[in-house]
Amino acid sequence: MPQTGPRLAVRLAPFAMLVVLLASAHPVQAQGTAAPDTVLADTTAATGSDVAPAAPRPPSKLTVKDASNDAGRALELQWVRSPDDLPGQSLVTQYRLERASAPSGPWTVVDSASAGSESRADQSVTRDTDYFYRVTAVGPGGITPALSVTGPVRATSQWINQTRWSVLILMVLFFGFVLFFISQAQAGKVPFVRRIPGIDAIEEAIGRATEMGRPVLYVPGILDIDEIQTVAGLVILESVARLTAKYETPIVVPVTYPIPFTIAEEMVKSGYLHAGRPEGYDPNSVRFVSPEQFAYTAAVGGIMLRDRPAAHIFMGAFYAESLLLAETGFQTGAIQVAGTANVHQLPFFVVACDYTLIGEELYAASAYLSKEPKLVGALKGADLMKITILILVLLGCILETANIHVLTNLLQTQ
Amino acid sequence: MKRELPLMITAAVGLFMILSFFVPHHVVSVPADFLQSSAIIIVAFGYVLGGANVLKLNAEAIYRRNPGWIYKLILVVALISTVVLGLFDGCNRKGAFLEEGSSSKWIYDQFYSPMSATMFSMLAFYIASAAFRAFRIRTVEAGLLAVAALIVMLGRVPVGSLATSWLPGWLQLPTMQEWIMEIPQNAAKRAILIGAALGVMATGLRVILGIERSYLSGED
Repeated sequence: MPQTGPRLAVRLAPFAMLVVLLASAHPVQAQGTAAPDTVLADTTAATGSDVAPAAPRPPSKLTVKDASNDAGRALELQWVRSPDDLPGQSLVTQYRLERASAPSGPWTVVDSASAGSESRADQSVTRDTDYFYRVTAVGPGGITPALSVTGPVRATSQWINQTRWSVLILMVLFFGFVLFFISQAQAGKVPFVRRIPGIDAIEEAIGRATEMGRPVLYVPGILDIDEIQTVAGLVILESVARLTAKYETPIVVPVTYPIPFTIAEEMVKSGYLHAGRPEGYDPNSVRFVSPEQFAYTAAVGGIMLRDRPAAHIFMGAFYAESLLLAETGFQTGAIQVAGTANVHQLPFFVVACDYTLIGEELYAASAYLSKEPKLVGALKGADLMKITILILVLLGCILETANIHVLTNLLQTQ
Repeated sequence: MKRELPLMITAAVGLFMILSFFVPHHVVSVPADFLQSSAIIIVAFGYVLGGANVLKLNAEAIYRRNPGWIYKLILVVALISTVVLGLFDGCNRKGAFLEEGSSSKWIYDQFYSPMSATMFSMLAFYIASAAFRAFRIRTVEAGLLAVAALIVMLGRVPVGSLATSWLPGWLQLPTMQEWIMEIPQNAAKRAILIGAALGVMATGLRVILGIERSYLSGED
């Protein structure tokens, strides 16, 4: 039986509506005037501009705790990332950390973390003050309101850094060794110290300068007094000044920083005084040059080439200028003795100098030169500590090989 | 007392700074931070002494017309003009000496920076002459050093990799240089560093305990 007009219209109505919907969603296609590839491009563009991306879902489970082992200067925040924060997607661009002194606000943005982050430390806190935190996700679709507020939490000072027990124990042990051997040395049991050719060469170099009637150049490194190598260099300077006073040979000491400069003056003066020749001290022997690395290098190079010292002694911390100084000195034909604990500069000194004190020999030099029982005793203490460290290293290797990490964990510090 | 008082202050401050390494509490850390940052005041006074020394030494040399006195004159003029211009900059720009457009920045860019770069670039020539001496094979040790240096240098450039790519992995230059740097070189370096670190501690302890006191001069 043929269908009547109204029933057919009812059946076709959904299709008609679909066509209308499609036409409204794809106006260009509906017009049918553009080429197929143009249609696709325009369609994509229309979709991108019309449908704005949604704001990312918020991060959750924000926890805030006091940073351990500090003076109450930081709080550590940790959260679970937004479910939309996935690798390769850019729905989340960053997390914004907000802080307030009350749960109702007002909120201040204290920091932000890039997408993928799950923790951050707020280091702008005031000690013993209550804070509330919340974390929001930011993306191209906007900012998501935070799920919850965490707090109150406060940063507090700790009395002991729990990660430094091992350092404390080893340091007390080391100080104990040193003090024991110092007392032994004071009681007359002066320990044996092996011959260090580099230090013996200092007297030889000064003797040669005396024979040639030329000065001795002493460089106590290029760093300030907060570098212990500079301290060691200045301590050796006293012994060197004593020798130059004894041999009546002028000494020239160019210095980089003002504090080492004043100490170097005292050292040279002390050397002349202990040698019984205070009148031989020349106030112009110690010269302040410049704290600038290459300005200092140029000045010392100038002294080498103009004054032609017969002996160059470099003791302290050196960097790129080590080879510039040592090679210039080599070209002048001076006898050169160097000492540094800067491992990367040692090869340059070894190549360009006649003798080189390596690492710890620099620190041993003052004891070796002065033969003072207390100083020599301190050397023996350091030797015993080295044996202890050696045993710990060997034990650590064995335990780690056996997949036992007790010792490694015990010795880890923060 | 002239010697005892400084020794007591040194010991007290030294032990306090050691304590601050283990005790992070603000009762200790705040004064410790203050002590460290206040050192800059002492350094500022030290610079006055240093500047006076530079002027005194060079003025004497200029006055006596010592050889090279003209260079000393240039030094003194440069020193004084830099200080004066720096003072003007400091007053005009509220202490921002090296801001773009300041005369201090101009001096830095036009004089100091090129001269410093020149000194640094000379290092390349010095390395060449030093390397020439270092790699002369006179003894077995020098021979080992030369061979190791050759392997490391070639192993770090593409030609080393290319030249030995047909060999088994462990014989290829990049692998060999990596082994030299990671095993024997690292072991030696760490041994030196451990020894030096203990030397640092021993020297520090000697200064704190007043055993090392030569820096106080010989006057009693």
